[in-house]
Amino acid sequence: MKLAAVGLAKRFADGVEALADVSIELAPGEFVSIVGPSGCGKSTLLAVLAGLIEPTAGEVLLDGAPPAGGLLGRIGLMPQRDLLMEWRTTVANAALGLELAGVGRLQARERALAEMGRFGLSGFENRRPSALSGGMRQRTALLRTFLAGRDVLLLDEPFAALDALTREAMREWLLGVWESDRKTILFVTHDVEEAVFLSDRVYVMSARPGTIRTAIDVGLPRPRALEVSATPAFAELKERLLAPLREDARAALGAA
Amino acid sequence: MSTTPTRLALALGGRLEPRPRAVRRRGGVAWRVLPPLVFGVALLLVWQAYVAVSGVREGIVPSPVEVAHALLRDRGVLLSSAGTTLSEILLGYGVAVLVGVALAVAVSSSRVIGRAIYPWLVVSQMVPIPAIAPVVVLWTGFDIRPKLIVIALVTFFPITVNAIDGLRATDPELVGLLRTLGAGRRDILRIARLPSALPYVFSGLRVAAAFAVLGAVFAEWAGASSGLGYLILTYNSQALTADVFAVVVVLAVIGVAMFAAVGIIERVTVPWWQLDAE
Repeated sequence: MKLAAVGLAKRFADGVEALADVSIELAPGEFVSIVGPSGCGKSTLLAVLAGLIEPTAGEVLLDGAPPAGGLLGRIGLMPQRDLLMEWRTTVANAALGLELAGVGRLQARERALAEMGRFGLSGFENRRPSALSGGMRQRTALLRTFLAGRDVLLLDEPFAALDALTREAMREWLLGVWESDRKTILFVTHDVEEAVFLSDRVYVMSARPGTIRTAIDVGLPRPRALEVSATPAFAELKERLLAPLREDARAALGAA
Repeated sequence: MSTTPTRLALALGGRLEPRPRAVRRRGGVAWRVLPPLVFGVALLLVWQAYVAVSGVREGIVPSPVEVAHALLRDRGVLLSSAGTTLSEILLGYGVAVLVGVALAVAVSSSRVIGRAIYPWLVVSQMVPIPAIAPVVVLWTGFDIRPKLIVIALVTFFPITVNAIDGLRATDPELVGLLRTLGAGRRDILRIARLPSALPYVFSGLRVAAAFAVLGAVFAEWAGASSGLGYLILTYNSQALTADVFAVVVVLAVIGVAMFAAVGIIERVTVPWWQLDAE
């Protein structure tokens, strides 16, 4: 396994139990998604996997062992907000990871410039983030994550803030990028359709404390185009994922 | 008439440049300049009328016209004194910027250092500057050093406090992201915290620019043989009230110019902030 979480739990200092016994596995080059209602601890899970916060229990294995020297800096993270810095141009934002890895400023810029076309940012290289559309901002943030050169990438609802059409286009585009780079990706979303379309496997999380309810392998053939969402197999997978989520939502309403 | 240059540019095959934001804004420059100008002129007229009607002596309340005369009459000494005072202000201000930002970085770098220093920064502002200025002169002599110290003492505080706020206002998520990219504390300071703090620093710089003029006058009162503050003392002792006002006018011009200069530097250095503010 490229990345494995074994029995992760996280209880914050204020007593909030965000995660309880979360175990997931990602094979090398696999595209795995996590779906769950908002507030189910998805972002906490990613922060633990990225090494930003320590779990209360459990461990994270990278290539089969806890990484020597800690997790921080070993796994790429794309947070929900793009966090582009307004004082940097598009290309300088994208090159950030390379710069921090010790690549010279000019060389980092060159390598970022070389990817501008593939990430749909041509012509906006030297613009500030405020001049970019929502989709472009997310692609810049993705490029920043990709260029940092980690094998495993954690993407936290990267398309949540985009309009429906842009979101669809971005899904297809992301699959294209993934198929050519074959990074190991853990993709967090609350959109079941998005998860099925993109993933090899989908984990369903339940809320408070966050646990894994089910894992479903998506057997749809690749490469996939958006049209796959109209097939009966797709609809059936979606239904299987939605069932436990609906159950949770009803329970939450009943309890309230 | 105003369309002529653009038509010309187009006729010559030129490109239409997007017009700068400031001009496009409601009524443009006139809208910003006219109201304070009209108000200022009205004030001067009322003042002039009061002096004329009440028949008060020039030595007590000089009229604006008399102040203008004094400005013309004293222009030589005013200019040379302004040079002296301006150089004191710029140097003292420069020291305050360096010390102020360095203190802010120190305070926000560690909780212990912050706790240790911050209250004393506040205490330093309780020191009555006019009272302490002569003591500083006693320590350092009559040269430019006491002026630098007094001006820096008056101006560093708003810079430091604002810079601390700015450094603390850095998006914690951005700091987290940088850490996942392998950034150390220095990288985070350079890449995220200092740029995030810049707009705040500039607010402090603008306040400090106004304070700097006051500081220079205090410092010169404590011991100087030239400068605008010194000039006020001399004119005051001879009851040359119109001339004192003339010096005040020059001091005000310096203060406003400093304020404006900081604004211009801010616009060049922190262009993204204006976008946010709109």
